[in-house]
Amino acid sequence: MSLLAVAGLAVHYGDLIGAADVSLTVAAGEIVALLGANGAGKTTTLNAIAGLVPPAGGQILWQGEDIAGRPAHHIVARGIALSPEGWRLFTRQSVEANLRLGATRLAVRAELPGRFARVYALFPRLAERRRQSAGTLSGGERQMLALGRALMSAPRLLLLDEPSLGLGPAVVDQVFAALLTLRTEGLTLLIAEQSAELALELADRAYVLQTGRTVLEGRAGDLLQNPEVRRAYLGG
Amino acid sequence: MILVQLVADGLLLGAVYALLSSGLTLIWGMMNVVNFAHGDFVMLAMYIAFVAVTFLHVGPAVFVPLAALMLFGLGVGVYFALIRHVMRGPMLAQILSTFGLGILLRYMVFWVFSANFVSLPNRMAGGVLAIAGLRLQDSRLLAGLMALLLTVGLHLMLTRTAFGSRLLAVAEDRTAAMLVGIRPDAMQALAWGIGAACAGVAGALIALFFYISPLVGDSLVLIAFVTVCLGGFGSIPGALVAGLAIGVIESLSAWFIGAAWQDVVVFALFLLALWLRPQGLMGKA
Ligand SMILES: Nc1ncnc2c1ncn2[C@@H]1O[C@H](COP(=O)(O)OP(=O)(O)OP(=O)(O)O)[C@@H](O)[C@H]1O
Ligand SMILES: [Mg+2]
Repeated sequence: MSLLAVAGLAVHYGDLIGAADVSLTVAAGEIVALLGANGAGKTTTLNAIAGLVPPAGGQILWQGEDIAGRPAHHIVARGIALSPEGWRLFTRQSVEANLRLGATRLAVRAELPGRFARVYALFPRLAERRRQSAGTLSGGERQMLALGRALMSAPRLLLLDEPSLGLGPAVVDQVFAALLTLRTEGLTLLIAEQSAELALELADRAYVLQTGRTVLEGRAGDLLQNPEVRRAYLGG
Repeated sequence: MILVQLVADGLLLGAVYALLSSGLTLIWGMMNVVNFAHGDFVMLAMYIAFVAVTFLHVGPAVFVPLAALMLFGLGVGVYFALIRHVMRGPMLAQILSTFGLGILLRYMVFWVFSANFVSLPNRMAGGVLAIAGLRLQDSRLLAGLMALLLTVGLHLMLTRTAFGSRLLAVAEDRTAAMLVGIRPDAMQALAWGIGAACAGVAGALIALFFYISPLVGDSLVLIAFVTVCLGGFGSIPGALVAGLAIGVIESLSAWFIGAAWQDVVVFALFLLALWLRPQGLMGKA
């Protein structure tokens, strides 16, 4: 059984349609990429899964239970964390405070040091900057902090919205290397990316969205090698 | 020597202004809502003190926490019954709703207690402490020190505790706060509770040395608005500095120019300060 199964997801923003018919599944331990051009509905899909926008229709099954429409604070407690588009850090608070906030739903306080240690081991840069306010971080550091904050809730599934956006190649390498490490630790990942090439190198499988619909699904390697697919959907 | 005495008196009063304003600035900082009923919250707390003293024969050790608790409850209740709904409406609806709430409260009090001025009996903390050549009224000393302690405590709670960090998280980005598992509604309700409790404690303390009437909140809340503006909207250290400054200015101008002129001096300096620094002393530009 898949960990996450989205079927026929629709999201409306007033009269505008953010997602019309999105279906996808993610199995435990997989890295799945969500591709598509500007405005295709990637962010909308991730936000609906995370509980930030209520779906107008469709199902979001998490470990067999329909969580569509549940509030975000409920969903993060169930083991799904989102590193959102634009990071949305608490810029007036310290790096450490941001990470601690990520663990808001932690039931056992004794687990806190272990979680900090895990994030700091993954991104030593955050440890160096832990007393600094998040607003003073560079773009790469902000992405690391957004990821770290999401990890502090010890999720089973991590949703990542455009982790490469606005970052230089060196930092992107660093972030994606961290994602691979996380996968070996058993984390499941669903990554929305505009730069398909990057995402397909990392992912096992991928879905392509177009104007709010899933139009294509395949193994990452196949999609990467199919020139027609690349031309039609992936901008290259 | 009289100068030192005046400054000391001003600082004690200013600390109460600071606490009063902290509640206002906390609610603003959390959700960009101005609570126009804040002065009426203060007035309500003064009547709570009056009733507690008159009918239960208790002292400040009881009526201050009592006012804090009751106003906390009122703040939380007002959030859920009123604010949460009008937040979705236009700005004018938000302004009018708290304004209307204030009018409702003062007329309820007016109806029960009439418009007569009342005050707590003089024996309540009525002594005078003579220290280092200064003569400080016990009531004002108690009020000033407690207000100072609570204002600093509120600031420490916001900046040093996990709970404060969650409040600030909601203040900065509601959506991101939801993502990490915070319920913004709960935090905003607590902010209203704490903000109202600040008004509650300040009111109960002011009642120790001030007359009580259904309209007493008006003049006090005006000072609080000036303090919040001067300190920078949302800043508690700003409210503290501005509150203390206004207390001292009032005290000095009442002595040297005349009590009738103290408000004029405060507002003239306020306008001047805004002209020089529109974002307030500690506000962000
Ligand atoms: N908050 C919103 N209000 C109204 N319309 C929205 C909102 N968010 C997204 N949309 C619309 O929904 C559609 C899908 O947008 P979405 O942000 O999900 O796309 P995306 O694939 O993430 O794009 P990008 O690559 O630019 O991040 C777009 O047409 C967009 O204009
Ligand atoms: Mg997007």
